[in-house]
Amino acid sequence: MGKKLLLEHINVPGIDTYAVYREKGGYASVEKALKMKPDDVVEEVKKSGLRGRGGAGFPTGMKWSFIDKKTPNPHYLVCNADESEPGTFKDRYFMQHLPHALVEGMIVSSFALDAHTAYIYIRGELLYVYHILEKAIAEAYNAGWLGKNIMGSGFDLDLYVHPGAGAYICGEETGLIESLEGKRGNPRMKPPFPAIQGLWMCPTVVNNVETIAAVPHILNMGGEEYAKIGIGKSTGTKLISACGHVKNPGVYEIDLGLPVEEFLFSDEYCGGIRNGKKFKAIVAGGSSVPILPAELFLKNAKGEPRLMSYESLADGGFASGTMMGSGGFIVMDETVSVVKNLYNFTRFYHHESCGQCSPCREGTGWMERVLHRIIDGHGKMSDIDLLWDVQSKIEGRTICPLGDAAAWPVASAIRHFRKEFEELIQAQQKVKDVNYLQELVTA
Amino acid sequence: MASNLKFSDDALTVAHKIISRYPEGKQKSALLPLLHLAQAEFGGWLSPEAMNYVAGILNILPVEVYEVATFYSMYNMKPVGKCVLEVCRTGPCWLMGAEDIVKYLERKLEIKVGETTADGMFTLKTVECLAACGTAPVMQVGETYHENLTCDKLDTILSDYRNTVKEPISHFAKKHIKS
Repeated sequence: MGKKLLLEHINVPGIDTYAVYREKGGYASVEKALKMKPDDVVEEVKKSGLRGRGGAGFPTGMKWSFIDKKTPNPHYLVCNADESEPGTFKDRYFMQHLPHALVEGMIVSSFALDAHTAYIYIRGELLYVYHILEKAIAEAYNAGWLGKNIMGSGFDLDLYVHPGAGAYICGEETGLIESLEGKRGNPRMKPPFPAIQGLWMCPTVVNNVETIAAVPHILNMGGEEYAKIGIGKSTGTKLISACGHVKNPGVYEIDLGLPVEEFLFSDEYCGGIRNGKKFKAIVAGGSSVPILPAELFLKNAKGEPRLMSYESLADGGFASGTMMGSGGFIVMDETVSVVKNLYNFTRFYHHESCGQCSPCREGTGWMERVLHRIIDGHGKMSDIDLLWDVQSKIEGRTICPLGDAAAWPVASAIRHFRKEFEELIQAQQKVKDVNYLQELVTA
Repeated sequence: MASNLKFSDDALTVAHKIISRYPEGKQKSALLPLLHLAQAEFGGWLSPEAMNYVAGILNILPVEVYEVATFYSMYNMKPVGKCVLEVCRTGPCWLMGAEDIVKYLERKLEIKVGETTADGMFTLKTVECLAACGTAPVMQVGETYHENLTCDKLDTILSDYRNTVKEPISHFAKKHIKS
């Protein structure tokens, strides 16, 4: 059993209300922060080693320290609650049950960044959570944690929720900013980075829900204590969304560094594969990260057991490793066709490409069509190399990482499951040959 | 073309509250939430008149609304039924049988994805990942998530909607539009 920080009180009845949340020690980190200097709060977050929980894993304290302090323009904090990476549902679960925990994190983080207006950008499909957050925010205003001169500190903060309307690309931070400005979610060229020119061209920090939610715990326990949880540069706890063919799907908070085998098979977490089936493959960090066959997931190429940490999951690079990503843990049993699953993912990326960059706009559609003809019985052996060629020409050639996210699943499926592609195409060829012979005989 | 479309007083109050959340001159930021409101107010879809009306409230060009409305998947560009059944078809839901759910609905409602039943009750849509992969397969109707779907469950859900729904169900639920 690991240390529970974020989900400690999630089952307390009424924890979504201010009264109960406060009774359980809520908003203590705001009281503490308001007595500190903003830079000292940033320093604690740096010491904690916290890394962005949305997928990229960039050190949060460092991201905060990039904010332009010389400009006369206001600073903004934006919470990325556009959770839409297939396989990931931790933020929805967290916000729905613990809205005040997010509000508390937003206040402390805004104070650290000298931001006086902050937004929570929530995906439109979650409008019901939008109203839960609005209620929590209204309660926080009433209790004096938001608004002018918070708790007599002289610090002012207004916090608002903003809904999206259905677009995966708005989870990319500059796409999100464009969307928050009332435009199509087309990602921007970087630099300038949002910390210099973000929302309305003002210095802006965009952080994932789980990242913001970790900040109060870092303040309460101190950055150094937080850094003692976890392993190496993977500090703290992480929410993992377990789904697919596991016995116990759901959101789990783990100490980073937990052995993957324990997470996947122990009854405390996923409980193993359901219906007595065998474990075949996994996409361990949301749909964008490379797929791994069971053996390479449980042990790295050197035969060492893998751990649930940024470094261990990535061990071996793309040749034999994967990524922590958003913690979307998609488990597949022996019945799954990797090729058909890949077709589904590729269709998704084609649908979600914003269309600005040709390699992504055209490449995702091309890969979708080739994969479709393979699963539809018209594939050729040369299609496998064609897919490899197309994905390699998308990766690294687009404004935002959606192109990479579409390319990696294709590359890794071919790398680790080439035989499955070949067998599928061969089997279909055999059916065609038999049909042809029968036609000759009956003609 | 002149149009008589306008928000109810309650919706207008909500709209102005939303607009006030953005700095002066940045009222265009309220476009996405206002389009959700418009869809709730004007029968579940965004007609050109509805989009022009929102452009007027925000003092922006109609084309700025059109280009945004057509980019995001939650805005319906043509009339829909009272209940829009949005079935997730992505990755984990696909693994857990979303295809069967869609096929079952197509058979039961005698429509294809994208179509509306003759009585105007149901529209069937497939959507991308709804962030509920742990309870797959999943379908969204308005603000409600129906999780761990089975064909039996669908029978009950559909008959409940058929028996109780009088007004179109929107993502921005009507109960939240009051001042």
